[in-house]
Amino acid sequence: MKRQKGVVDENIFDVLTEEIVFTILDFLDPNPLDKKSFSLACKAFYGIESRHRKALKPLRSEHLITVLKRYPHLEHLDLSLCPRITDNSLTIISVLCKSTLRSIDLSQSRFFSHVGLWNLATNCSGLVEIDLSNATELRDTGAAAIAEAKNLERLWLARCKLITDMGIGCIAVGCKKLRSISLKWCLGVGDLGVGLIALKCKQIRHLDLSYLPITNKCLPCILQLQYLEDLILVGCFSIDDDSLVALKQGCKSLKKLDMSSCQNVSHVGLSSLTSDARSLQQLALAYGSPVTHALADSLQDLSMLQSIKLDGCVVTYAGLKGIGNWCASLREVSLSKCSGVTDEGLSSLVMKHRDLRKLDVTCCRKITQVSIAYITNSCPALTSLKMESCTLVPSEAFVLIGQRCLCLEELDLTDNEIDDEGLKSISRCVKLTSLKLGICLNITDEGLGHVGMCCSKLIELDLYRCVGITDSGILAIARGCPGLEMINLAYCKDITDSSLISLSKCSRLNTFESRGCPSITSLGLAAIAVGCKQLAKLDIKKCHNINDAGMIPLAHFSQNLRQINLSYSSVTDVGLLSLASISCLQGMTILHLKGLTASGLAAALLACGGLTKVKLQASFKSLLPQPLFEHLEARGCMFQWRDKVFQAELDPICWKLQLEDMQ
Amino acid sequence: MDLKDRLSVDTWTQSSSSGSGNELPKDQQSFTNFSLQQQQQQKWEDPSVLDYGVRIEPAFQEFNQTSATPSSLPCNPNSQIKILNREDCQMNEMLEPNRIQDWDPRVMLSNLSFLEQKIHQLQDLVHLIVGRRSQVLGRTNELVAQQQQLVTADLTSIIVQLITTAGTLLPSVKNTLSTASPSVGQLGQLGGVLFPSGTGMNGGAVAQSSGGSKVSDQSNQIDLTGACGIEQNNATEEHELKDEDDADEGENLPPGSYEILQLEKEEILAPHTHFCMICGKGFKRDANLRMHMRGHGDEYKTPAALAKPNKESSSEPMLIKRYSCPFAGCKRNKDHKKFQPLKTILCVKNHYKRTHCDKSYTCSRCNTKKFSVIADLKTHEKHCGKDKWLCSCGTTFSRKDKLFGHIALFQGHTPAIPLDETKGSVGPSDRGEGNGAANKVGSVGFNFSSNASSGSGVQDMMDVKRGADEPTGFFSPLTFDPCSLVGFHEFPRPPFEDSESSFSFLVPGSCSYTRKTGGESSSNDLE
Repeated sequence: MKRQKGVVDENIFDVLTEEIVFTILDFLDPNPLDKKSFSLACKAFYGIESRHRKALKPLRSEHLITVLKRYPHLEHLDLSLCPRITDNSLTIISVLCKSTLRSIDLSQSRFFSHVGLWNLATNCSGLVEIDLSNATELRDTGAAAIAEAKNLERLWLARCKLITDMGIGCIAVGCKKLRSISLKWCLGVGDLGVGLIALKCKQIRHLDLSYLPITNKCLPCILQLQYLEDLILVGCFSIDDDSLVALKQGCKSLKKLDMSSCQNVSHVGLSSLTSDARSLQQLALAYGSPVTHALADSLQDLSMLQSIKLDGCVVTYAGLKGIGNWCASLREVSLSKCSGVTDEGLSSLVMKHRDLRKLDVTCCRKITQVSIAYITNSCPALTSLKMESCTLVPSEAFVLIGQRCLCLEELDLTDNEIDDEGLKSISRCVKLTSLKLGICLNITDEGLGHVGMCCSKLIELDLYRCVGITDSGILAIARGCPGLEMINLAYCKDITDSSLISLSKCSRLNTFESRGCPSITSLGLAAIAVGCKQLAKLDIKKCHNINDAGMIPLAHFSQNLRQINLSYSSVTDVGLLSLASISCLQGMTILHLKGLTASGLAAALLACGGLTKVKLQASFKSLLPQPLFEHLEARGCMFQWRDKVFQAELDPICWKLQLEDMQ
Repeated sequence: MDLKDRLSVDTWTQSSSSGSGNELPKDQQSFTNFSLQQQQQQKWEDPSVLDYGVRIEPAFQEFNQTSATPSSLPCNPNSQIKILNREDCQMNEMLEPNRIQDWDPRVMLSNLSFLEQKIHQLQDLVHLIVGRRSQVLGRTNELVAQQQQLVTADLTSIIVQLITTAGTLLPSVKNTLSTASPSVGQLGQLGGVLFPSGTGMNGGAVAQSSGGSKVSDQSNQIDLTGACGIEQNNATEEHELKDEDDADEGENLPPGSYEILQLEKEEILAPHTHFCMICGKGFKRDANLRMHMRGHGDEYKTPAALAKPNKESSSEPMLIKRYSCPFAGCKRNKDHKKFQPLKTILCVKNHYKRTHCDKSYTCSRCNTKKFSVIADLKTHEKHCGKDKWLCSCGTTFSRKDKLFGHIALFQGHTPAIPLDETKGSVGPSDRGEGNGAANKVGSVGFNFSSNASSGSGVQDMMDVKRGADEPTGFFSPLTFDPCSLVGFHEFPRPPFEDSESSFSFLVPGSCSYTRKTGGESSSNDLE
């Protein structure tokens, strides 16, 4: 007996040291469920996994104490999924994690104040990263508390609208090691605060000042930062040419500059700013001044430039030709929603930049087959091509893409004239991971069959309103693309349960959208629920045939579901209440549910403890007691009230015509 | 000042040195004469100053007849004494190097005996005052105060003399001074040490020099006049003159292109500068005085009498006037290395009040901010209670950019968020420290500032500290004789002012500092 026990103890894993098991566990990272299975195997594995884990993303703050005790070596804590993080939670974290904690993400959490932050900053001296984005209630006292984290290197304060220069001043003085700070939408912060940051934190590499009311006054300080690599000045309306011209020196270390939506900056100011920035690699000038020859000329000396974003700008032929003459060889060009992009301009650009990897010509409605011919001819290395709504491109042009650009990984052909011939050609791009074919009314199962057969690496497939697609097309995809994670079948009205049953073989599927597919029933949904354990987002709006019978398997099997849209379906109180057993569930949209009563809704809302966002019919606001909403809001749930009238479904062709009328 | 002026000083010193035991009234006489001369030279055209000259003589005469009743009202005639002191000082400046360079015990002995003599004189004087106390009832407070100040001035000078006598013994002083020929700058500094010397001081200097003729010799050597001396001062230090923070007045007048005037403390602090010759009423403005004069008779109502006195009708070119602060060690004082003159009398007044005076006007709204110039208080009150920008060091700013400039400048200072508790804890502790320093300094300066009513009290205090800077252990235990401390304690303790600058003076002399604290403790005990 004793000997036998000894044999039992001679577990083969005892031979492995903990370090070796740790190394093995490191390879399990991509899928969180694998580690969970590992830890559930035995006590020893449980212990090893506890000691191995460095990062944690808990869903609820209620169990923080036990969770944190289980994982003593936790370094990264992501609390963005916890609906409610109070000062108490932060104090618990600070006491249990002490100085091992290196990063914490509080970007979606509310309900904490400067007290908790102060505890965190003083107890966890090892903190180098804090994300406080969306802490809209945080005031300068909170910022002063953060300033206690002396080792802080990265800080996000996006949308902390109540923080002013005073709070930023505290951070500037307290966090001397700061390397990266984002002050996006911190509308209370001006020149003084930013200037002090630049003056006191000399290590800054990444600086996001988007939408701040800053002027030229703080720019000299910023440009003197020795290590600054990434400067984002999106929407700084107070910065203009005159102030930029007055700058004596640019920033030599700058690698990435984003001056999108700076309407008062033209090529004059820009050339002054970039005159010294010889190492600039990425430049974004979206929604700015017109791309003229002068602008292109002023930037032509940037020899290291790899990427330029000109989205939404007025583009001229001379401008594009000028870009073609740049000495740098561009890897990425974005011209989405640029008016004025013509075949001549685009072809002169792509002919010179033959090394182009990413091209975005979304909504460049003037380009034709000529452009596509030039693009495919000049840039065989293209990995990403986005050409949504290039309506003048005929169906024959898409054949060229499949013939010449075989490296494509990402292809957006939404709202184009592509047909089965084109799809057949494109299916030769075997590296394709993302394919968007929304509103391509000319494609049928035949074309999709080719894609399903060849593009086995497909992860994302968008078939929004592809009315020619039926179950056989989906079957081909489900068979050929086992790695599929996202699929959109919205308004493919011929899709039935058999499509869903075939898709249930794609075990990695996490996002499934089948709006407006009237043929889908609870049976199909049950198949998805059973097969796709990782399902996180589910949109079954206007699937009239889905009822409570579909909800029960969903509640049972899809334990990772985060968001669900049940509007216009036949789900009633029972189905809704059953969803409460999904502990991850955070977002619900439940409009126009005929079978839903006020008391049923109240019960479901109370039962779903993790809810953060609920879209509801405005009529329920008066039907339910106010204290209930107050209670739920205190738990961290936000309500969005909609008062949309019931909309009848249109025929797809009519819908597109209506869309074009609107444009 | 020219040679004539210098001569007058010489004659005066000779007379004082040759004076017998009863020389004090004579001294006074020469004082007045001299002051008259000086006034004539400097502000001949100013009737109000002439006024002084006229007024001062009877005052001193009265002094000899009257005795003191305690009073602390400062008055104009005092300032005349002050100007005299300045002259004395310049005398001493010239005498100083000689005296220290060839120091010998005999000089020391004569020095001490002179001191003894001086004390006796003072004793006699006080006897005299006591004797006449019965007659004093009818006298004005002013005169009584004068007498008291005179006595204290004498006492001060005796003490300072004693210190300087002791100081000559120190090797460090000898060393610094014997290096090459003493530069004018050094002379100026030494002059600063002895700056506020009263009559006793003067006498001491004379005693050291063997005779009046020698005095004149020396003064010839060193380009004579005080003004010239200062100009040289500026010349030697010119390379050190940098653009200072307060460059608002940093006009770069070449040295010598302007005339330096130095008002005395009382004159600066006097509420009125123009006085009615008939009834004595004081006015801030000359025009107001002229209006007032009309009431005294028809002769003052003539257009000529009411007209504004002509400005410098004579043909000689107007020399630009600049002003010096009487506070020794102050940057605005003409003996300072980096002297920066003040432009107008108003500047002098405001500077002196702001820098060297008690901040007696407290803001009624916040009850924390204090000011010495009432206009500053009014300016503050306009903004008081509005947005306060606070630094962690306790400093408040009315403008945010000023606060951020301050934070950018100083390491470790952070913006203090209102409603934050940290602000409360930092503020008082700082203040407490400041008080501590003030106390220490106060107790040192205290011994001398007892004669503040003589007008040079603050200067004395500063001088002592300056002395402490240079030769270590300048304060021999002798000077801090407990008995004298007791004596000084009986004088009303002046409110201590300007603790910061005093403190900065104290720091370098760490050696003497400990002794001072010793002195402090003893004085505390006595209290």
